[in-house]
Amino acid sequence: MGGPRRVEAASGLSRRSFLKGMGAGALAAGAIAPAEVLARSTAQQKGPKLLGPEPVAIKLQVNGKERALSLEPRVTLLDALRNHLDLTGAKKVCDRATCGSCTVLLDGKAVYSCTVLAIEAQGRKVETVEGLAESAAGKTSDKDGLARMQRCFVENDGQQCGFCTPGFVMACESFRRGHPKATREQVVAGLGGNLCRCGTYHGVTHAVLDAIGGGA
Amino acid sequence: MKPRAKRRKVDLAWPDPKECSLLGTRVTRLDGPDKASGRAKYTYDVNRPKMLWAKFTTCPHGRAKVKSVDTSVAEKMAGVVVVDVVVGPGTELRYAYSEVAVVAAESEEIAREAARRVKVEYEVLEHNVVDDDVEKAGSSARKGRDQVSGNPDEAFASAAVVSETEVGCSILTHCCLEPHGSAVEVTEQDGKKSATAWCSTQNVSGVAGEFASALSIDASNVRVICQHMGGGFGSKFGADFWGARAAQIAAKTGRPVKAMLERDMELALAGSRPSAYAKMRVGVKDDGEIVAFEGDGWGSAGIRGGGPPRLPYLFSNVPNTRFKNTPIATNSSGARAWRAPDHPQMCLLTMAALSDAAAELGMDELDFFRKNLKFTDRAMTYAEELDVAAELIDWKKKWTPRGDQKDVLRRGLGLAMHTWGGGGHGSNVQCTLFPDGGVELRCGTQDLGVGSRTVLAIVAAETFGLPIEKVKVLIGENSYPQSGPSGGSTTVGGISSASRHACVQAANQLFEAVAGELGAKAGELAAKGGKVVAPNGKSMSFEDACRRLGAQPLVTMGQTQNSLMGSQVGGVQMAEVEVDVETGIVRVLKMVAVQDCGRVIDLLTAESQVRGALIMGVCGALYEERIMDPVTGTVLNADLEFYKLAGIADVGELVVHMMDTPDHVKRGVIGLGEPPVISPMAAISNAVANAIGARVKRCPMTPDRVLAALKA
Repeated sequence: MGGPRRVEAASGLSRRSFLKGMGAGALAAGAIAPAEVLARSTAQQKGPKLLGPEPVAIKLQVNGKERALSLEPRVTLLDALRNHLDLTGAKKVCDRATCGSCTVLLDGKAVYSCTVLAIEAQGRKVETVEGLAESAAGKTSDKDGLARMQRCFVENDGQQCGFCTPGFVMACESFRRGHPKATREQVVAGLGGNLCRCGTYHGVTHAVLDAIGGGA
Repeated sequence: MKPRAKRRKVDLAWPDPKECSLLGTRVTRLDGPDKASGRAKYTYDVNRPKMLWAKFTTCPHGRAKVKSVDTSVAEKMAGVVVVDVVVGPGTELRYAYSEVAVVAAESEEIAREAARRVKVEYEVLEHNVVDDDVEKAGSSARKGRDQVSGNPDEAFASAAVVSETEVGCSILTHCCLEPHGSAVEVTEQDGKKSATAWCSTQNVSGVAGEFASALSIDASNVRVICQHMGGGFGSKFGADFWGARAAQIAAKTGRPVKAMLERDMELALAGSRPSAYAKMRVGVKDDGEIVAFEGDGWGSAGIRGGGPPRLPYLFSNVPNTRFKNTPIATNSSGARAWRAPDHPQMCLLTMAALSDAAAELGMDELDFFRKNLKFTDRAMTYAEELDVAAELIDWKKKWTPRGDQKDVLRRGLGLAMHTWGGGGHGSNVQCTLFPDGGVELRCGTQDLGVGSRTVLAIVAAETFGLPIEKVKVLIGENSYPQSGPSGGSTTVGGISSASRHACVQAANQLFEAVAGELGAKAGELAAKGGKVVAPNGKSMSFEDACRRLGAQPLVTMGQTQNSLMGSQVGGVQMAEVEVDVETGIVRVLKMVAVQDCGRVIDLLTAESQVRGALIMGVCGALYEERIMDPVTGTVLNADLEFYKLAGIADVGELVVHMMDTPDHVKRGVIGLGEPPVISPMAAISNAVANAIGARVKRCPMTPDRVLAALKA
């Protein structure tokens, strides 16, 4: 299958590697949350401290606003957005970092939010599909307040049922920012990390090319 | 404006394509901005105050008897509100992922964990999950009887060439990206219960009864909402047990309950397409004319048996045929309607056998199919479509005889043909003209990705001569006028003709109201460019005309109109592939789809629908299949990592041509959901055979199967 399928979590710490790291032995020994999580959440304390399972206070920077939440440490960024902040643009489909429907930007980089824990997204900028439109709102003359990439999806019919669309929009936007002069071949190679069941790839490809051609 | 003295009122008939400003053009989706911005709310997105999450404990075995269910650990967990055992000790479960218990909790995470902590002891029973081998399936296979027409033995004996083919395709799952599920809220007032059910369904008008029966209330007390849905493909007609449980727990707790399937349940339980395999023989004359067709088929639709219906497909007038089907019951959830039920499978089997006959005879497949069109019911259409498709894929220049290529990378061409009914369903549309010129349509339909809102609005805007933005469309609630379930490519015919009917009635009443003022007869008026126009040159803005209707809105109701719809379409598809004979990897380079569907309402979404069908066909031809574990009897790849779908780089160039000659257009509107999804698998299979000189016996044509075919 063409193109890289997986977008690594920006921190390099995916839920999968987290769980893998928490093998049975480690759990039994009462140790060890991954170093990065500990560093971020227990910086003031000496020695390792296991977070949870009860909710902990966390703060997320979502679409330019600080949001305070009380979440179990196992809650993913995707579930934090969808179930606790009612930002339901990012969708839950595979829940295992395969399909890309949950794609959001973390410090500007596309990640599968189903595979990033909310606690590890602290201190980083989270941008969702809702935020893309909001940040465009003041700067665009678009009649529906859409960002250019979103408008290109509409114009090129890069959507049918629309369930993969928000994730695709974010993946495409991240790709566009990193590849402002991409060719068609680069577009399809770069967007292998998102799946669609209705079969909208033709429209998606043209949406990205359109967005690139038309400038930022 | 040319005067049209003869016309007494706005014709119900579709306007002449040349006079249309919207109908049949490329119109972007009305709900496109909502979908692209994340504002569109799907069932999975419904968050209600104090909502509980429901998750299920299911059986991990192919067949088992429940010995005991221990809910004590789950019940004690903080945040768990309900643990209900659905099937008690002694119950036999006949396939993996059968429901055993349901839990509801304060959060999704807690509910999921609690469902896991319900401890169930099983007595594991023998099962069968073999769907592709009649001998191995043993008593699960029920050998069919021969169905004979003409005299096949004599015809085969007289044939110049007899070819043999073995081919088939695995069980697929619908794999909707939004899983099946509902969120239900039950309220009680004066001792009477009523419910609101957000349900991901392709049957908004018809699904209330299932929730009602789960709650022992009348369907009139169930409000169903489905503003957007993330795929259905034939698998989302009902509320299912998960919808019923959400309703029951909502009633019991007085709190909203959301029950969406986890991905593994979605793939294992919520819809699959039957497998179909066959050994076939085709007898042909020297000149390529088919004289006999024989098929011995088998396959499974899950617990209920299955296998291919009678062969040959499409070439059903071949004079001498023999067909036998052996359904195999497997311990897996029952199949559901999957876009064009049975057609893609029958198409693969038949087209592969015919392609092999052409190769055996040394004849160009395109000439062979042309030669035998007389055995189909729509020979003229297919002849026309074969010509268009051959031109678009450059068949003449690119085709080489099967097996001629010797390089590592081998290219091949293949074709397939299909048919589908597609007459529109019964539908009602309410049109309201407000005194200020506002237009609103209401229809209890749904949008699976078809573009239902856009279709309704295009028809109204065209009829009233308004820009599409002026039309407000309300769908996705069962309180709106009834509209049929979206299945079998019936939606666009139904809702477009009902919309036309409602709007024409309103336009005629509007013309009656303003005719005198414009110095013309009502029948002479036309609605164009935001105005009501008389032949004498006088005109009035649409808004002013609506004011003449009085202070109350004008409401009309339209129904499905047979005169505006057609049925029975044909399509031809061609594929060009490249096969690496060292790795067995197949790449689709190009696909061409030529399709008739009568009058097109929205060319943009119609083309999208066809391209989507091609891509779904690429998935079935090369990537996706449900894999069962013969040891445990469960699904091995109930996820998106190993249940493989094509990615954006895997689909090649997709060329769509809609047959839009006047003869096609005058047939009226015909749905497009099923037809183009039928041929791709067959066309790609034939293209691979053409490239490598051997038939890959099974779709998806994974590298191992391609290499096995090369070795054979």
